[in-house]
Amino acid sequence: MLDDIDRKIIQATQAGLPLTPQPYQAVAEQLGLSADEVMQRLSAMQQSAIIRRIGAVPNHYKLGYRYNGMTVWNIADEIIDEIGQQVGQLEFVSHCYHRPRHLPEWPYNLFAMVHGKSQQEVDSQIQQIKDLLGDKNLGSDVLYSTRILKKTGFRSGGPSTAQNDS
Amino acid sequence: MLTNLHKQLLNDYQHDFPLSPRPYRDIADALGVTEDDVLTAFAELSDNHLISRIGPVIPPNHIGVSALVAMAVPEAELQTVADKVSAHPEVNHNYEREHRINLWFVVIASDNEHLQTVIEDIEQETSYPAMQLPMLNDFFIDLGFKLDLTDA
Repeated sequence: MLDDIDRKIIQATQAGLPLTPQPYQAVAEQLGLSADEVMQRLSAMQQSAIIRRIGAVPNHYKLGYRYNGMTVWNIADEIIDEIGQQVGQLEFVSHCYHRPRHLPEWPYNLFAMVHGKSQQEVDSQIQQIKDLLGDKNLGSDVLYSTRILKKTGFRSGGPSTAQNDS
Repeated sequence: MLTNLHKQLLNDYQHDFPLSPRPYRDIADALGVTEDDVLTAFAELSDNHLISRIGPVIPPNHIGVSALVAMAVPEAELQTVADKVSAHPEVNHNYEREHRINLWFVVIASDNEHLQTVIEDIEQETSYPAMQLPMLNDFFIDLGFKLDLTDA
């Protein structure tokens, strides 16, 4: 698992790698490490899936993806892993999670965030998920965000950057 | 307006950003431009908030614990309740959504005990019950998000 040096490297890079020719060297100097150690540890964390990817994090909202919906689905527990993987692979889905139901008011256990440049595009994406699920979909809903009341962290921008972008 | 270089950087470097001493030069070599071109283009994307950063992306719950939390709040009280929720530093996203259950926020804490304390405090301060929806499994295969930049 992570040790203190790993955590420091993650903290030092969460605001972004510097836009200088040797960014890992800059991070290393800040932490009193060598650039080689920083790169080696980032690589190890990526291999153990602590880091999902290293790259540019686009601001979807600014790039025109202004329509987003939190789609929620009621899927039988026995098949939710299989179904979740199928939905998570769709290229317009940015997050896909299994979460607990809270009966009776909340029967949904699969959450998938979808993003599009128009309401029509989002509607068509939701229809594609419905078609994929067929009769395995025991009920669904879509919750659109109407207001951002707080958004902190390192990502600026609008609603379609979504929760936990990660 | 985005140049071809901007578009390539946006779509081709959401993952596999080089882990090498001169990553921007390696990207430049791959795209047939100069290191300066790449640094300038990334800086422009960043200055215009088209990217929020370049760096490692960590899935939720790998550092600390988090939960999505939802509450049903009468519209007239929503702003007051939302302000009380947002006042907690552990709350990092807070959205109004169109639904009877209309207030949705993410709480991130150092451990589960801390998480539960924050959620209990919020319930007491607002007098509305909080529905906890922690992540049980993450199905997203994060290869980056394919952007359609034809009109950008």
